[in-house]
Amino acid sequence: MAKVKLPTQLRDAAGGATEAQAPGGTVGEVLEALYAEHGELRERMSDADGGLRRFVNVYLRGEDIRFLDGLDTEVGEADEVTILPAVAGG
Amino acid sequence: MPADALKCKECSSTYPLEARYVCDRCFGPLEVAYSPPTSSADELKRRIQAGPHTLWRYADFLPLDGTPRAALPTGMTPLVRADRLAEHLGLGELWVKNETANPTHSFKDRVVSVALARAQELGFETIACASTGNLANAVAAHAAYAGLPAYVLIPADLEEPKILATGAYGANVVAIKGNYDAVNRLCTELAGDRDDWAFVNVNVRPYYAEGSKTLAFEVAEQLGWELPDRVVAPVASGSLFTKIARAFEEWIDCGLLAGELPTMNGAQAAGCSPVAQAFAAGTAVCRPVKPDTIAKSLAIGNPADGPYAVELAQKTGGGVDAVTDDEIRAGIRLLAETTGIFTETAGGVTTATLAKLAARGDIDPSERVVLCITGDGLKTIDAVRGSFEVTEIEPRVEAFDEKFAGAAV
Repeated sequence: MAKVKLPTQLRDAAGGATEAQAPGGTVGEVLEALYAEHGELRERMSDADGGLRRFVNVYLRGEDIRFLDGLDTEVGEADEVTILPAVAGG
Repeated sequence: MPADALKCKECSSTYPLEARYVCDRCFGPLEVAYSPPTSSADELKRRIQAGPHTLWRYADFLPLDGTPRAALPTGMTPLVRADRLAEHLGLGELWVKNETANPTHSFKDRVVSVALARAQELGFETIACASTGNLANAVAAHAAYAGLPAYVLIPADLEEPKILATGAYGANVVAIKGNYDAVNRLCTELAGDRDDWAFVNVNVRPYYAEGSKTLAFEVAEQLGWELPDRVVAPVASGSLFTKIARAFEEWIDCGLLAGELPTMNGAQAAGCSPVAQAFAAGTAVCRPVKPDTIAKSLAIGNPADGPYAVELAQKTGGGVDAVTDDEIRAGIRLLAETTGIFTETAGGVTTATLAKLAARGDIDPSERVVLCITGDGLKTIDAVRGSFEVTEIEPRVEAFDEKFAGAAV
Protein backbone atom coordinates (compact mmCIF):
# COMPACT_ATOMS: atom_id res chain seq x y z
CA MET A 1 0.00 0.00 0.00
CA ALA A 2 1.27 3.45 -0.87
CA LYS A 3 1.55 6.14 1.76
CA VAL A 4 -0.39 9.33 0.93
CA LYS A 5 0.69 12.54 2.66
CA LEU A 6 -2.20 14.95 3.10
CA PRO A 7 -1.87 18.75 3.22
CA THR A 8 -3.32 20.60 6.21
CA GLN A 9 -6.22 21.83 4.06
CA LEU A 10 -7.48 18.25 3.49
CA ARG A 11 -6.90 16.72 6.88
CA ASP A 12 -10.32 17.55 8.29
CA ALA A 13 -11.88 15.63 5.39
CA ALA A 14 -9.80 12.60 6.37
CA GLY A 15 -10.64 12.50 10.04
CA GLY A 16 -7.69 14.70 10.97
CA ALA A 17 -5.07 12.27 9.65
CA THR A 18 -1.80 13.71 8.28
CA GLU A 19 -1.29 10.66 6.07
CA ALA A 20 -3.16 7.61 4.87
CA GLN A 21 -2.40 4.19 3.41
CA ALA A 22 -4.18 3.42 0.17
CA PRO A 23 -3.92 0.47 -2.26
CA GLY A 24 -3.60 0.83 -6.03
CA GLY A 25 -1.25 0.21 -8.94
CA THR A 26 -1.42 3.79 -10.25
CA VAL A 27 -1.69 7.25 -8.71
CA GLY A 28 -5.29 7.42 -9.98
CA GLU A 29 -6.14 4.11 -8.32
CA VAL A 30 -4.52 5.17 -5.06
CA LEU A 31 -6.57 8.37 -5.08
CA GLU A 32 -9.76 6.40 -5.88
CA ALA A 33 -9.06 4.17 -2.88
CA LEU A 34 -8.54 7.29 -0.79
CA TYR A 35 -11.84 8.79 -2.03
CA ALA A 36 -13.62 5.49 -1.24
CA GLU A 37 -12.40 5.81 2.32
CA HIS A 38 -13.00 9.55 2.68
CA GLY A 39 -15.79 10.64 0.33
CA GLU A 40 -15.35 14.37 0.82
CA LEU A 41 -11.84 14.29 -0.62
CA ARG A 42 -13.18 13.53 -4.10
CA GLU A 43 -15.22 16.71 -4.17
CA ARG A 44 -12.29 18.78 -2.93
CA MET A 45 -9.65 17.36 -5.26
CA SER A 46 -11.25 16.20 -8.46
CA ASP A 47 -13.01 18.11 -11.20
CA ALA A 48 -16.19 17.20 -13.08
CA ASP A 49 -14.28 15.02 -15.55
CA GLY A 50 -12.56 12.93 -12.88
CA GLY A 51 -9.23 14.71 -13.35
CA LEU A 52 -7.51 16.78 -10.68
CA ARG A 53 -8.66 20.32 -10.03
CA ARG A 54 -6.24 22.84 -11.54
CA PHE A 55 -4.74 23.96 -8.25
CA VAL A 56 -4.06 20.48 -6.86
CA ASN A 57 -0.51 19.20 -7.23
CA VAL A 58 0.30 15.52 -6.74
CA TYR A 59 3.85 14.25 -6.35
CA LEU A 60 5.21 10.70 -6.46
CA ARG A 61 8.52 10.31 -4.65
CA GLY A 62 8.85 14.10 -4.81
CA GLU A 63 8.26 14.40 -8.58
CA ASP A 64 5.22 16.20 -9.98
CA ILE A 65 3.10 13.49 -11.65
CA ARG A 66 2.65 15.75 -14.69
CA PHE A 67 6.31 15.01 -15.48
CA LEU A 68 5.50 11.29 -15.18
CA ASP A 69 2.33 9.67 -16.58
CA GLY A 70 -0.15 11.80 -14.65
CA LEU A 71 -2.85 9.78 -12.89
CA ASP A 72 -1.67 6.69 -14.83
CA THR A 73 1.77 6.84 -13.18
CA GLU A 74 2.60 3.47 -11.66
CA VAL A 75 2.91 3.33 -7.89
CA GLY A 76 5.06 0.81 -5.98
CA GLU A 77 4.15 -0.75 -2.64
CA ALA A 78 6.50 1.44 -0.63
CA ASP A 79 5.95 4.64 -2.58
CA GLU A 80 4.95 7.97 -1.11
CA VAL A 81 2.31 10.13 -2.79
CA THR A 82 2.16 13.78 -1.66
CA ILE A 83 -0.81 16.06 -2.26
CA LEU A 84 -0.18 19.81 -2.03
CA PRO A 85 -1.89 23.06 -2.98
CA ALA A 86 -0.46 24.59 -6.16
CA VAL A 87 -0.90 28.22 -5.26
CA ALA A 88 2.33 28.93 -3.39
CA GLY A 89 5.40 30.76 -4.61
CA GLY A 90 6.40 33.58 -6.90
CA MET B 1 -11.48 50.69 0.80
CA PRO B 2 -11.17 48.36 3.79
CA ALA B 3 -10.18 44.73 3.26
CA ASP B 4 -13.03 42.59 4.48
CA ALA B 5 -12.27 38.96 3.56
CA LEU B 6 -10.10 36.49 1.76
CA LYS B 7 -12.00 35.26 -1.28
CA CYS B 8 -11.36 32.21 -3.46
CA LYS B 9 -10.59 33.18 -7.07
CA GLU B 10 -12.16 29.94 -8.26
CA CYS B 11 -15.35 29.38 -6.26
CA SER B 12 -15.77 32.73 -4.41
CA SER B 13 -15.87 31.13 -0.94
CA THR B 14 -14.83 33.67 1.68
CA TYR B 15 -12.63 33.36 4.76
CA PRO B 16 -11.51 35.72 7.53
CA LEU B 17 -8.37 37.85 7.02
CA GLU B 18 -5.96 35.36 8.62
CA ALA B 19 -2.88 33.40 7.53
CA ARG B 20 -4.55 31.28 4.89
CA TYR B 21 -3.91 31.01 1.17
CA VAL B 22 -5.86 28.06 -0.20
CA CYS B 23 -9.59 27.50 -0.46
CA ASP B 24 -10.51 24.49 1.67
CA ARG B 25 -13.33 23.64 -0.69
CA CYS B 26 -11.64 23.66 -4.09
CA PHE B 27 -7.93 24.36 -3.49
CA GLY B 28 -8.18 27.62 -5.44
CA PRO B 29 -6.01 30.61 -4.47
CA LEU B 30 -7.37 33.14 -2.00
CA GLU B 31 -7.22 36.84 -2.73
CA VAL B 32 -7.97 39.85 -0.55
CA ALA B 33 -11.45 41.26 -1.16
CA TYR B 34 -12.29 44.85 -0.26
CA SER B 35 -15.56 46.59 0.40
CA PRO B 36 -16.24 49.60 -1.85
CA PRO B 37 -14.53 52.83 -0.76
CA THR B 38 -16.51 55.12 1.47
CA SER B 39 -14.49 58.14 0.31
CA SER B 40 -14.83 60.03 -2.96
CA ALA B 41 -12.10 59.83 -5.59
CA ASP B 42 -10.99 63.35 -4.65
CA GLU B 43 -10.64 62.43 -1.00
CA LEU B 44 -8.73 59.25 -1.85
CA LYS B 45 -6.39 61.23 -4.08
CA ARG B 46 -5.78 63.86 -1.41
CA ARG B 47 -4.95 61.16 1.16
CA ILE B 48 -2.51 59.53 -1.26
CA GLN B 49 -0.81 62.83 -2.08
CA ALA B 50 -0.53 63.72 1.61
CA GLY B 51 0.92 60.29 2.43
CA PRO B 52 4.54 59.28 2.91
CA HIS B 53 6.91 59.05 -0.07
CA THR B 54 6.74 55.24 0.10
CA LEU B 55 4.26 52.54 -0.87
CA TRP B 56 2.34 53.24 2.36
CA ARG B 57 0.77 56.23 0.62
CA TYR B 58 -1.53 53.59 -0.91
CA ALA B 59 -2.60 52.20 2.48
CA ASP B 60 -6.26 52.65 1.56
CA PHE B 61 -5.76 49.88 -1.01
CA LEU B 62 -3.72 47.49 1.12
CA PRO B 63 -4.94 44.75 3.50
CA LEU B 64 -3.52 46.10 6.75
CA ASP B 65 -5.24 47.20 9.94
CA GLY B 66 -2.91 50.21 10.20
CA THR B 67 0.23 51.72 8.70
CA PRO B 68 3.30 49.81 9.93
CA ARG B 69 5.22 51.67 12.59
CA ALA B 70 8.62 50.48 11.41
CA ALA B 71 9.35 49.37 7.87
CA LEU B 72 12.23 49.76 5.46
CA PRO B 73 11.17 52.59 3.12
CA THR B 74 10.06 51.04 -0.16
CA GLY B 75 8.49 52.22 -3.39
CA MET B 76 8.08 55.54 -5.18
CA THR B 77 10.73 54.34 -7.60
CA PRO B 78 11.44 56.48 -10.65
CA LEU B 79 9.31 56.30 -13.78
CA VAL B 80 11.89 57.23 -16.39
CA ARG B 81 11.05 58.56 -19.84
CA ALA B 82 13.05 56.37 -22.25
CA ASP B 83 13.18 58.37 -25.48
CA ARG B 84 16.41 56.84 -26.78
CA LEU B 85 15.12 53.30 -26.32
CA ALA B 86 11.79 54.30 -27.89
CA GLU B 87 13.60 55.76 -30.89
CA HIS B 88 15.73 52.64 -31.24
CA LEU B 89 12.62 50.45 -31.29
CA GLY B 90 10.48 52.76 -33.41
CA LEU B 91 8.06 53.47 -30.58
CA GLY B 92 6.44 56.71 -29.43
CA GLU B 93 6.03 57.30 -25.71
CA LEU B 94 8.00 54.81 -23.61
CA TRP B 95 8.54 54.80 -19.85
CA VAL B 96 10.68 52.55 -17.69
CA LYS B 97 9.49 51.78 -14.17
CA ASN B 98 12.84 51.41 -12.46
CA GLU B 99 12.36 48.99 -9.57
CA THR B 100 16.10 48.66 -9.04
CA ALA B 101 15.71 51.79 -6.88
CA ASN B 102 14.06 49.82 -4.07
CA PRO B 103 16.00 49.05 -0.82
CA THR B 104 17.17 45.61 -1.97
CA HIS B 105 17.08 46.57 -5.65
CA SER B 106 14.00 44.72 -6.84
CA PHE B 107 10.20 44.97 -6.75
CA LYS B 108 10.18 42.22 -4.12
CA ASP B 109 10.59 44.89 -1.43
CA ARG B 110 6.96 45.79 -2.12
CA VAL B 111 5.48 42.36 -1.55
CA VAL B 112 7.66 41.73 1.48
CA SER B 113 6.70 45.11 3.01
CA VAL B 114 3.04 44.17 2.94
CA ALA B 115 3.51 40.49 3.86
CA LEU B 116 5.76 41.29 6.80
CA ALA B 117 3.49 44.05 8.09
CA ARG B 118 0.48 41.75 7.92
CA ALA B 119 2.44 38.87 9.46
CA GLN B 120 3.30 41.12 12.41
CA GLU B 121 -0.33 42.15 12.77
CA LEU B 122 -1.25 38.46 12.86
CA GLY B 123 1.37 37.85 15.57
CA PHE B 124 4.03 35.94 13.63
CA GLU B 125 7.59 36.26 14.88
CA THR B 126 9.52 34.29 12.27
CA ILE B 127 9.59 35.16 8.57
CA ALA B 128 10.42 32.70 5.79
CA CYS B 129 10.17 32.35 2.03
CA ALA B 130 10.83 30.23 -1.04
CA SER B 131 12.90 32.40 -3.35
CA THR B 132 14.69 32.63 -6.66
CA GLY B 133 16.91 35.28 -5.10
CA ASN B 134 15.32 38.72 -5.14
CA LEU B 135 12.72 37.70 -2.60
CA ALA B 136 15.47 36.23 -0.42
CA ASN B 137 17.26 39.59 -0.41
CA ALA B 138 14.08 41.44 0.47
CA VAL B 139 12.93 39.06 3.21
CA ALA B 140 16.38 39.09 4.79
CA ALA B 141 16.61 42.89 4.78
CA HIS B 142 13.08 43.68 5.94
CA ALA B 143 13.26 41.01 8.67
CA ALA B 144 16.56 42.54 9.82
CA TYR B 145 14.97 45.99 10.04
CA ALA B 146 12.03 44.56 11.98
CA GLY B 147 14.32 42.50 14.21
CA LEU B 148 12.75 39.17 13.28
CA PRO B 149 14.55 35.91 12.47
CA ALA B 150 14.39 34.99 8.79
CA TYR B 151 14.71 31.68 6.94
CA VAL B 152 15.17 31.93 3.20
CA LEU B 153 15.04 28.79 1.11
CA ILE B 154 16.65 29.01 -2.30
CA PRO B 155 17.74 26.67 -5.10
CA ALA B 156 21.38 25.70 -4.47
CA ASP B 157 22.47 26.88 -7.96
CA LEU B 158 21.41 30.50 -7.46
CA GLU B 159 23.65 33.39 -8.60
CA GLU B 160 26.30 34.08 -5.97
CA PRO B 161 25.58 37.83 -5.56
CA LYS B 162 22.02 37.02 -4.53
CA ILE B 163 23.20 34.49 -1.94
CA LEU B 164 25.83 36.87 -0.53
CA ALA B 165 23.41 39.80 -0.43
CA THR B 166 20.99 37.66 1.59
CA GLY B 167 23.39 36.18 4.12
CA ALA B 168 24.83 39.62 4.84
CA TYR B 169 21.60 40.57 6.61
CA GLY B 170 21.97 37.69 9.03
CA ALA B 171 19.22 35.55 7.56
CA ASN B 172 19.38 31.77 7.74
CA VAL B 173 20.16 30.86 4.13
CA VAL B 174 19.06 27.33 3.25
CA ALA B 175 20.21 26.09 -0.16
CA ILE B 176 18.00 23.29 -1.47
CA LYS B 177 19.40 20.68 -3.82
CA GLY B 178 16.75 21.17 -6.47
CA ASN B 179 15.09 23.82 -8.63
CA TYR B 180 12.73 26.56 -7.44
CA ASP B 181 9.69 24.34 -7.79
CA ALA B 182 11.29 21.84 -5.41
CA VAL B 183 12.01 24.69 -2.97
CA ASN B 184 8.43 25.83 -3.27
CA ARG B 185 7.08 22.33 -2.67
CA LEU B 186 9.24 21.99 0.43
CA CYS B 187 8.11 25.37 1.77
CA THR B 188 4.47 24.41 1.18
CA GLU B 189 5.03 21.28 3.26
CA LEU B 190 6.94 23.18 5.95
CA ALA B 191 4.29 25.88 6.16
CA GLY B 192 1.68 23.22 6.84
CA ASP B 193 3.49 22.08 9.96
CA ARG B 194 4.96 25.36 11.21
CA ASP B 195 1.93 27.46 11.84
CA ASP B 196 3.92 29.99 13.86
CA TRP B 197 6.07 30.89 10.83
CA ALA B 198 4.96 33.33 8.16
CA PHE B 199 6.15 32.09 4.78
CA VAL B 200 5.61 35.30 2.83
CA ASN B 201 4.74 33.56 -0.42
CA VAL B 202 2.92 30.59 1.06
CA ASN B 203 0.63 31.02 4.07
CA VAL B 204 0.50 34.83 3.89
CA ARG B 205 0.64 34.95 0.10
CA PRO B 206 -2.69 36.79 -0.36
CA TYR B 207 -1.24 39.80 1.53
CA TYR B 208 2.18 39.48 -0.12
CA ALA B 209 0.60 39.55 -3.57
CA GLU B 210 -1.26 42.79 -2.76
CA GLY B 211 2.11 44.56 -2.46
CA SER B 212 2.63 44.27 -6.21
CA LYS B 213 -0.35 46.54 -6.81
CA THR B 214 1.64 49.49 -5.51
CA LEU B 215 3.92 49.36 -8.56
CA ALA B 216 0.93 50.06 -10.79
CA PHE B 217 -0.53 52.69 -8.46
CA GLU B 218 2.77 54.56 -8.71
CA VAL B 219 2.86 54.29 -12.49
CA ALA B 220 -0.61 55.81 -12.72
CA GLU B 221 0.18 58.56 -10.20
CA GLN B 222 3.50 59.33 -11.91
CA LEU B 223 1.73 59.56 -15.27
CA GLY B 224 -0.45 62.32 -13.78
CA TRP B 225 -3.32 60.01 -12.73
CA GLU B 226 -3.57 58.47 -16.16
CA LEU B 227 -3.40 54.92 -17.47
CA PRO B 228 -0.72 53.67 -19.84
CA ASP B 229 -1.94 52.04 -23.06
CA ARG B 230 0.31 49.02 -22.67
CA VAL B 231 2.40 47.42 -19.93
CA VAL B 232 5.21 44.95 -20.53
CA ALA B 233 6.09 43.01 -17.38
CA PRO B 234 7.88 39.78 -16.53
CA VAL B 235 5.95 36.63 -15.69
CA ALA B 236 7.36 34.11 -13.22
CA SER B 237 4.50 32.95 -10.97
CA GLY B 238 2.21 35.45 -12.73
CA SER B 239 1.44 37.25 -9.49
CA LEU B 240 3.03 40.64 -10.31
CA PHE B 241 1.58 40.58 -13.83
CA THR B 242 -1.98 39.98 -12.65
CA LYS B 243 -1.76 42.37 -9.70
CA ILE B 244 -0.66 45.25 -11.94
CA ALA B 245 -3.96 44.87 -13.76
CA ARG B 246 -5.88 44.44 -10.52
CA ALA B 247 -4.46 47.76 -9.27
CA PHE B 248 -5.56 49.61 -12.40
CA GLU B 249 -9.02 48.01 -12.12
CA GLU B 250 -9.38 49.10 -8.51
CA TRP B 251 -8.53 52.67 -9.40
CA ILE B 252 -10.85 52.67 -12.42
CA ASP B 253 -13.65 51.31 -10.23
CA CYS B 254 -13.23 53.97 -7.55
CA GLY B 255 -12.92 56.81 -10.04
CA LEU B 256 -9.22 57.63 -9.60
CA LEU B 257 -8.54 56.63 -13.21
CA ALA B 258 -10.63 56.88 -16.37
CA GLY B 259 -10.39 54.45 -19.25
CA GLU B 260 -9.74 50.82 -19.99
CA LEU B 261 -7.21 48.33 -18.70
CA PRO B 262 -3.93 48.62 -20.61
CA THR B 263 -2.91 45.92 -23.06
CA MET B 264 -0.93 43.52 -20.89
CA ASN B 265 2.15 41.83 -22.34
CA GLY B 266 3.89 39.18 -20.27
CA ALA B 267 7.55 38.30 -20.73
CA GLN B 268 9.15 34.92 -20.10
CA ALA B 269 12.46 33.25 -20.87
CA ALA B 270 12.27 30.58 -23.57
CA GLY B 271 14.01 28.22 -21.14
CA CYS B 272 11.10 28.52 -18.73
CA SER B 273 7.96 29.56 -20.56
CA PRO B 274 4.96 27.54 -19.31
CA VAL B 275 2.72 30.61 -19.45
CA ALA B 276 3.87 31.73 -22.92
CA GLN B 277 3.35 28.18 -24.19
CA ALA B 278 -0.16 28.05 -22.74
CA PHE B 279 -0.98 31.43 -24.29
CA ALA B 280 0.32 30.28 -27.69
CA ALA B 281 -1.76 27.12 -27.42
CA GLY B 282 -4.86 29.14 -26.57
CA THR B 283 -5.37 27.44 -23.22
CA ALA B 284 -5.15 28.65 -19.63
CA VAL B 285 -3.74 25.29 -18.55
CA CYS B 286 -0.03 25.83 -17.90
CA ARG B 287 1.84 22.56 -18.24
CA PRO B 288 4.79 22.66 -15.83
CA VAL B 289 8.33 22.72 -17.26
CA LYS B 290 11.86 22.09 -15.98
CA PRO B 291 13.54 25.50 -16.14
CA ASP B 292 16.80 25.96 -18.06
CA THR B 293 17.56 29.67 -18.47
CA ILE B 294 19.93 32.39 -17.29
CA ALA B 295 16.86 34.29 -16.05
CA LYS B 296 16.81 32.46 -12.73
CA SER B 297 14.58 35.00 -11.04
CA LEU B 298 11.86 33.98 -13.52
CA ALA B 299 12.63 30.26 -13.39
CA ILE B 300 9.34 29.02 -12.00
CA GLY B 301 8.31 25.94 -13.95
CA ASN B 302 5.01 25.54 -12.14
CA PRO B 303 3.51 29.04 -11.95
CA ALA B 304 0.75 29.46 -9.35
CA ASP B 305 -0.98 32.32 -11.16
CA GLY B 306 -0.20 31.09 -14.67
CA PRO B 307 -3.84 30.50 -15.67
CA TYR B 308 -4.83 34.00 -14.56
CA ALA B 309 -1.87 35.53 -16.42
CA VAL B 310 -3.00 33.84 -19.64
CA GLU B 311 -6.59 34.97 -19.13
CA LEU B 312 -5.46 38.56 -18.47
CA ALA B 313 -3.31 38.65 -21.60
CA GLN B 314 -6.24 37.31 -23.64
CA LYS B 315 -8.75 39.70 -22.11
CA THR B 316 -6.66 42.82 -22.76
CA GLY B 317 -5.57 41.93 -26.29
CA GLY B 318 -1.99 41.45 -25.12
CA GLY B 319 0.05 38.28 -25.01
CA VAL B 320 2.80 36.35 -23.29
CA ASP B 321 6.04 35.99 -25.26
CA ALA B 322 9.27 34.15 -24.63
CA VAL B 323 12.84 35.20 -25.52
CA THR B 324 16.08 33.22 -25.71
CA ASP B 325 19.06 33.60 -23.39
CA ASP B 326 20.97 35.45 -26.14
CA GLU B 327 18.05 37.84 -26.57
CA ILE B 328 18.01 38.33 -22.78
CA ARG B 329 21.72 39.29 -22.76
CA ALA B 330 21.11 41.66 -25.67
CA GLY B 331 18.11 43.11 -23.83
CA ILE B 332 20.22 43.91 -20.78
CA ARG B 333 22.76 45.73 -22.96
CA LEU B 334 20.10 47.55 -24.98
CA LEU B 335 18.39 48.91 -21.85
CA ALA B 336 21.69 49.88 -20.23
CA GLU B 337 23.01 51.62 -23.37
CA THR B 338 19.84 53.57 -24.08
CA THR B 339 18.52 54.41 -20.60
CA GLY B 340 21.43 54.16 -18.17
CA ILE B 341 19.55 51.50 -16.23
CA PHE B 342 21.42 48.26 -15.61
CA THR B 343 18.99 45.42 -15.06
CA GLU B 344 19.27 41.80 -14.09
CA THR B 345 18.29 38.98 -16.41
CA ALA B 346 14.56 39.39 -15.70
CA GLY B 347 14.76 42.95 -17.05
CA GLY B 348 16.64 41.57 -20.04
CA VAL B 349 13.66 39.29 -20.63
CA THR B 350 11.25 42.20 -20.42
CA THR B 351 13.30 44.52 -22.62
CA ALA B 352 13.87 41.77 -25.20
CA THR B 353 10.14 41.06 -25.23
CA LEU B 354 9.39 44.75 -25.81
CA ALA B 355 11.88 44.72 -28.68
CA LYS B 356 10.18 41.64 -30.10
CA LEU B 357 6.72 43.22 -29.91
CA ALA B 358 8.06 46.37 -31.56
CA ALA B 359 9.79 44.42 -34.33
CA ARG B 360 6.61 42.46 -34.93
CA GLY B 361 4.66 45.68 -35.37
CA ASP B 362 2.35 44.93 -32.44
CA ILE B 363 2.79 48.37 -30.88
CA ASP B 364 1.32 51.47 -32.45
CA PRO B 365 3.66 54.52 -32.27
CA SER B 366 0.83 56.49 -30.67
CA GLU B 367 0.78 54.17 -27.64
CA ARG B 368 2.03 55.08 -24.20
CA VAL B 369 4.04 52.04 -23.10
CA VAL B 370 5.41 51.18 -19.65
CA LEU B 371 8.28 48.70 -19.36
CA CYS B 372 8.65 47.17 -15.88
CA ILE B 373 12.28 46.67 -14.89
CA THR B 374 12.02 44.60 -11.75
CA GLY B 375 15.60 44.00 -10.61
CA ASP B 376 19.22 45.20 -10.62
CA GLY B 377 21.99 44.07 -12.97
CA LEU B 378 24.55 43.76 -10.19
CA LYS B 379 22.69 40.68 -8.96
CA THR B 380 23.25 38.74 -12.19
CA ILE B 381 26.56 40.28 -13.16
CA ASP B 382 27.70 37.16 -15.02
CA ALA B 383 25.11 37.85 -17.71
CA VAL B 384 27.22 40.69 -19.14
CA ARG B 385 30.63 39.08 -18.63
CA GLY B 386 32.47 38.94 -21.96
CA SER B 387 29.91 41.17 -23.70
CA PHE B 388 32.41 44.03 -24.09
CA GLU B 389 36.16 44.64 -24.10
CA VAL B 390 38.22 46.56 -21.59
CA THR B 391 41.17 48.42 -23.11
CA GLU B 392 44.28 48.04 -20.96
CA ILE B 393 47.21 50.41 -21.52
CA GLU B 394 50.38 51.75 -19.88
CA PRO B 395 49.86 55.00 -17.88
CA ARG B 396 51.23 57.18 -20.70
CA VAL B 397 49.48 59.77 -22.89
CA GLU B 398 51.02 58.22 -26.00
CA ALA B 399 49.56 54.85 -25.10
CA PHE B 400 46.13 56.40 -24.68
CA ASP B 401 46.39 58.35 -27.95
CA GLU B 402 47.47 55.20 -29.74
CA LYS B 403 44.20 53.49 -28.80
CA PHE B 404 41.86 56.46 -28.93
CA ALA B 405 43.42 58.78 -31.49
CA GLY B 406 40.20 58.87 -33.46
CA ALA B 407 38.01 59.82 -30.49
CA ALA B 408 36.93 63.44 -30.16
CA VAL B 409 39.10 65.54 -27.82
